[in-house]
Amino acid sequence: MELKQLYREIVNEHNLHPSHKKEIAEPTMVLNGVNPSCGDDITLELVIKGDVIEDAAFVGSGCAISQASADMMCDLIIGQSKEKALELADSFMGMIKGTADREQIEELDESAALADISHMPARVKCAVLGWRTMSEMVQEINKDGTVREHNESRCGACSSNGAAVCKPACKGSECCNK
Amino acid sequence: MNSYRKDFPIFEGNNVCYFDNAATSQRPKEVFEAMEKFNNECNANPLRGLYDWSVRATEAYENARHTVATFIGAKRDCEIVFTRNTTESLNLVAYSYGLSKIHEGDEIVISIMEHHSNQLPWRMVAEKTGAKIVWLECTKEGKITEEEYKSKITDRTKIVAITQVSNVLGITNPVRAIADYAHSKGAVVVVDGAQSTPHMPVNVQDMGADFFAFSGHKLMAPMGIGALYGRIELLDEMPPFLTGGEMIESVSRDSVTYAPVPEKFEAGTVNAMGAVGLEAAIKYIQSIGFDEITETEKRLTERLISKLHELPEVTIYGPTDPDDHCGIVAFNIDGCHPHDVASVLDSEHICIRAGHHCAQPLLQYLGVSSTARASLYFYNTEEEVDRFAEAVSHVRGWMGY
Repeated sequence: MELKQLYREIVNEHNLHPSHKKEIAEPTMVLNGVNPSCGDDITLELVIKGDVIEDAAFVGSGCAISQASADMMCDLIIGQSKEKALELADSFMGMIKGTADREQIEELDESAALADISHMPARVKCAVLGWRTMSEMVQEINKDGTVREHNESRCGACSSNGAAVCKPACKGSECCNK
Repeated sequence: MNSYRKDFPIFEGNNVCYFDNAATSQRPKEVFEAMEKFNNECNANPLRGLYDWSVRATEAYENARHTVATFIGAKRDCEIVFTRNTTESLNLVAYSYGLSKIHEGDEIVISIMEHHSNQLPWRMVAEKTGAKIVWLECTKEGKITEEEYKSKITDRTKIVAITQVSNVLGITNPVRAIADYAHSKGAVVVVDGAQSTPHMPVNVQDMGADFFAFSGHKLMAPMGIGALYGRIELLDEMPPFLTGGEMIESVSRDSVTYAPVPEKFEAGTVNAMGAVGLEAAIKYIQSIGFDEITETEKRLTERLISKLHELPEVTIYGPTDPDDHCGIVAFNIDGCHPHDVASVLDSEHICIRAGHHCAQPLLQYLGVSSTARASLYFYNTEEEVDRFAEAVSHVRGWMGY
């Protein structure tokens, strides 16, 4: 797809009129994801009950591709199991790397439109920001539901040891991951 | 049509509008021809050989040094050290001069508009020595006032790190006045000449630079060759930056005597072919003349800025007078992230830079996380400027507004 067409048909709508760019009242997990080199900055909020991602939303700023990709990702992962969400993340990364098969790409629905980003190396990190952040969040949860502890720096805002995942109150804004 | 374009093979057979000259410039065939001649006629390891090719390679390398010395107004050829680029030149000064001469309690004054390469090496020095970093602030247009530098440069100041031309705002700093004041306080002045050297006559002695760094690739030479100028009295006293081959007088089990300047700072086999390319690029510039280069750039910059001014959605950063931009125009389009702007302009075959331009503290001061940046050189044309402005006027539409 030609770049301007990609913007026109998919990216602009999700960038200018996102469905999931908002704060969730009581998220169970919050994580800030940034691309330091270009200033893309999102805070992803999830409501995970048991094994299911019941809700997902994000706030932040950045280029249209980063914001639209995060919005489309929320569409895809809401209602999915953690395992399925990670599988979709693998498919998305695979699509960007050019290694995903047709079935995997079809599963990505609208997000599949970003396949051509694989030809624009400079924009890859924009497209994967939301997915990368979500994967980190989902994988940081241990089987017993606790946040995995890290030896990295302590989060200044919520005092948790989790380098990647903050308690909800922190909202990730001052998270050590930033 | 610009008569110089035919000298640049890369412009043939396409309509690419290259407006990223502050990042790197394009190269005329004269540069390749000079390098090819070196490669085909006398390629050998310079400085050591006792045979004809090596002697000629050494001559070619030293001739290039002489050309650089003359080009930037150095007193002596040995005040020119060849490096890879501006960053390496500045790191050489920081690691060698900085770490040996700066002590706890000293102050290093850095302008807020410095590229990270004239900033991070000094912050490293401060961290290792316990010296203090003092920021030299500018106005939103980029002006560093006399009051400002006189209040920040004190008897404690040992280094003043200042760029001659800002790679974001395009403004030319009053280096001579700042250097005079710094010298009156006993400080040493380190000038980043990466953005100035390609666009204006430079004279390191007239500007009062103790050290001056520039890159070849921004003035049409190949990537991987740059230079550091240092006053000989300073270079002489400095310890080596890198050690190893080609930089010694003698080595025994118990002692090392280093070669004199500049060899002391050029460890390992040098980039002689790159130096020859740099010399050719300088000669190419000299064949055109800075009067012509500056005049063309000013004409194009005025046109570009006046066309962007017609677009209410565009914010331009830097000085109000286009003549003070040195061909560099940082801008943003309301509601559009600079990376999206660069991507959609790329689909129109227009090359611009977008990001923080390795000057994050400056962008933080300007209150933006990133900007788009168009930067011109004398080989650009009015047609390109018009095409660029026309495309910029469509960006918001392409972005769905």
